[in-house]
Amino acid sequence: MLVDLQGPWNPLFGRLGLLLEVHYNNPVLFFAFELSVVVGVILLFWATCARKWGYIWREWLTTVDHKKIGVMYIVVGLVMMFRGFFDALMIRSQQAIAVGPDSPGVLGAAHGYLPPYHFDQVFTAHGMIMILVAATPILVGMMNIIVPLQIGARDMAYPYLNALGLWLTVVSAALVMIALFIGDFSHAGWVGLAPLTELPYSPGVGVDYWIWSIQIGSVGTTMGAINLIATIIKMRAPGMTWGRIPVFTWTSMASNIIALTSFPVLGVTLALLTFDRYLGTHFFTVGLGGDLMMYTNLFWIWGHPEVYFVVLPAFGMLSEIIPTFSEKPLFGYVTMVIASMAIAAVSWSVWLHHFFTMGAGPNVNAYFSIATMLVGIPTGVKVFNWAFTMYRSRMRFDTPMLWAIGSVFLLISGGMTGMMLAVPAINYIVHNSVFVIAHFHNMFLLIVYAAFGAVTYWFPKVFGFTLDERWGKRFFWFFTAGTLMVFIPMYTLGFMGMTRRLDYVSHTAWWPLLNAEMVGIGLYAISIACFVMQLAVSIRDREKNAVGADAWGTSRTLEWATHSPVPYYNFAVTPIIHDRDEWAWRRKHGLTSLKPDRYVDIHMPKNTAVPLVLGVLSLAFGFAMVWRIWWLAAISAIAMLLVIIYRSFDKDTDYIIPASDVERMEKEMLARAERVEGNAPAPGGAAGGAYASPQAPSKRHQGD
Amino acid sequence: MSSHSAESVDPGKVSLWDYEHHGHDPISTRTLGFWLYMLSDAMIFAALFAAYGVYVRNAAGGPTEADIIHPIYAMWESVVVFTSVFAYGLGMAALKKGNRAGVINGLLAAFALGLVFLGMEYKEFADLIADGAVPQRSGFLSAYWTIVLTHGLHMIFGLLWMLVMLFQVMREGFTQNVVYRLINLRLFWHFQAIIWVCVFTFVYLKGVL
Ligand code: HEM
Ligand SMILES: [Cu+2]
Repeated sequence: MLVDLQGPWNPLFGRLGLLLEVHYNNPVLFFAFELSVVVGVILLFWATCARKWGYIWREWLTTVDHKKIGVMYIVVGLVMMFRGFFDALMIRSQQAIAVGPDSPGVLGAAHGYLPPYHFDQVFTAHGMIMILVAATPILVGMMNIIVPLQIGARDMAYPYLNALGLWLTVVSAALVMIALFIGDFSHAGWVGLAPLTELPYSPGVGVDYWIWSIQIGSVGTTMGAINLIATIIKMRAPGMTWGRIPVFTWTSMASNIIALTSFPVLGVTLALLTFDRYLGTHFFTVGLGGDLMMYTNLFWIWGHPEVYFVVLPAFGMLSEIIPTFSEKPLFGYVTMVIASMAIAAVSWSVWLHHFFTMGAGPNVNAYFSIATMLVGIPTGVKVFNWAFTMYRSRMRFDTPMLWAIGSVFLLISGGMTGMMLAVPAINYIVHNSVFVIAHFHNMFLLIVYAAFGAVTYWFPKVFGFTLDERWGKRFFWFFTAGTLMVFIPMYTLGFMGMTRRLDYVSHTAWWPLLNAEMVGIGLYAISIACFVMQLAVSIRDREKNAVGADAWGTSRTLEWATHSPVPYYNFAVTPIIHDRDEWAWRRKHGLTSLKPDRYVDIHMPKNTAVPLVLGVLSLAFGFAMVWRIWWLAAISAIAMLLVIIYRSFDKDTDYIIPASDVERMEKEMLARAERVEGNAPAPGGAAGGAYASPQAPSKRHQGD
Repeated sequence: MSSHSAESVDPGKVSLWDYEHHGHDPISTRTLGFWLYMLSDAMIFAALFAAYGVYVRNAAGGPTEADIIHPIYAMWESVVVFTSVFAYGLGMAALKKGNRAGVINGLLAAFALGLVFLGMEYKEFADLIADGAVPQRSGFLSAYWTIVLTHGLHMIFGLLWMLVMLFQVMREGFTQNVVYRLINLRLFWHFQAIIWVCVFTFVYLKGVL
């Protein structure tokens, strides 16, 4: 061994001997364990009884269909968001209980129920999960589903790579979940504070779980970025010029340029840390030439662009939802596109605002302060564009629109507090206080709002029926009440001097506000129940809520110019684009029929199990590296190489759907559309004629 | 500003569907993806070079740049790398003519020269170990080893890839898949040479200034 390991190690089991020291009698852990086991068993039981294995294998596990991959991304993201919520619940309840020297302690904690070591793992896992395996997959999933549809593509540029990206993300989530039961997780914060993450200070496997989970997941994200950029550049339908690409696709492009250039830096940072922990090098150590600030710099060179990587798609979602429910084109398309690209560019030069207080000196701080504030300009442009889109429009308050408007409000408040933080003088006062936490939750919640809005908005496109509005609105209002109840007190506590990451709150005057936050968490819990109800009720009523191609009656972009649910080949015949808002243009001219003159053969990629196999192997690899089981790591790495080489010899990767089959499937879908067309919510007062209702039969001659 | 593009087409006469649309040129789609991948790879090296610039002063009392860097030896390594790229280029010229033997010879020569390069690098690092200049000695040595060997690791992958391509060219000839892979491998191999120029300049030449 090159490094001095504390505790047992043996060639066969690596460090698994450490497990004997973990305290499995903790009821908190036990509850999580039981919940996972029960849910897992129920799912396995259901799949077996309903004979679903073949279906799951064929239609999901081996699929290369970008819509299904997107759905799986979103499901993973939502499940992990639920897990992250549990962590938040634990942080909040601990802080509400452990206030003042007289507060009781249970389960081995001096105060509250979480000993410091466990509490630190909880907030680290919470932050890492929410950003990397909840928010990111939901957004990536949305881009996966919608971008190819918006540009009129049959598929993505690299369907196989796409599936691989998904499975690597799943491995990342799986490693975090495994850490819950086998060993422990990092306690050094989701940013991995150096040198706390060095082996002497964190001798367990927690930091290793954190490293490998992020490392493997970020490879997946980089692949996804390559795929999306190439798709947007190469796969556009005829007539889809750069000036006509829908704004969500534009923001996806900007976002993925950020991902492509910033995730490698994260990879390097984590690799250097890995060398320190595994090989005994001196990158971020305290002595022998290590440099702690190098870690902080490198981490935030990724970390800051990352927040724009997640916020830009959210901006894109707002830019699609708001025009649809304002029944008006988006105001300022060109400025919207420029603003997205400007944000992507400037986001690269502001990383140091995360450590104004670490002694960089006034000139450096001033530079980064100004650079940070510059980002506010394009963001402001966007807010004004949305406002002008809504101004004097026919606004409709369907659930997606509620989420969108909530999101804009959060953007305004979060943006304001961000400007405050960007002033070094203020930052010196509130740094590491919960004011900062409230600020960035404000920003992340904006993304979550946009994502929930987008899920509701595009759900009928993917599944063919709308989500229940009544439960949806309850979900929205409870969630919003929770947001206000948690984060307004948190801002206040920040000003009152409460620092972040406290497992014990010494100052009893903070107690009332901490309790208010507890109420907020309760409201969040109710909202989650409403969400589950919304899903259940919608699935029950799916026949009643079935919709045709244009689910909202006033949508504008190309993804609505094909059936709902979208067939696996997307468009029966590639559409030709004539206008920036192609679908609105077609509707205006009564060209909404989805029946072309004739059908042609379609060329499609075949399903493959290779990405799944590579995912399983990388899970084995990650697990082996965490526990330093070298033989398993070597075997799985070599196996991955062999599988990749093997796949490169496979020539049987595509197939043709004959035109006659396309015609048969299209007939069914057209018949279904005819049956359900009336279900679409009526566009409010579409009297002017400019927005002909979607039912208007197309009388025009089509084709050449 | 108008949010609506000017209406230039007559909706009565347009065609809505493109029946001739048979996807896109797969080779150019593949190479575009590879260019994008190389952009991300370039970021890896950019981060490493930036870090090296910081660590180069952190010798912690151990060997410094001047003690361990041999630019003349590295120059010979550069010659080998560039000859290998040149050989690969000759192979690709043969590909344009559809000359299978030419491609195979080019690949073989590039492969052999790549192996020579790795051998030279192996000797260099074996000497460092003998001198006690191991990566665990100081921040500077950690960074030095990492940057040079990251490039070396890329070279190893390139060689593996060449082996696979040799096999595929022999077995399958110039199918679409084989051709785009040969083109991507050329990008990759040239890229390694470019990175080596940076290593040579910023690590070896700068080291003796
Ligand atoms: C359900 C709503 C949420 C609640 C109530 C919540 C609550 C909290 C709390 C109390 C903390 C710890 C603050 C401290 O250090 O004292 C925290 C930290 C954090 N949260 Fe959340 N959170 C929520 C959602 C999210 C979301 C959606 C994201 C990101 C997309 C997120 C990202 C983070 C991050 C990055 C940290 C910092 C972790 C660290 O200190 O290392 N949270 N959250
Ligand atoms: Cu930042």
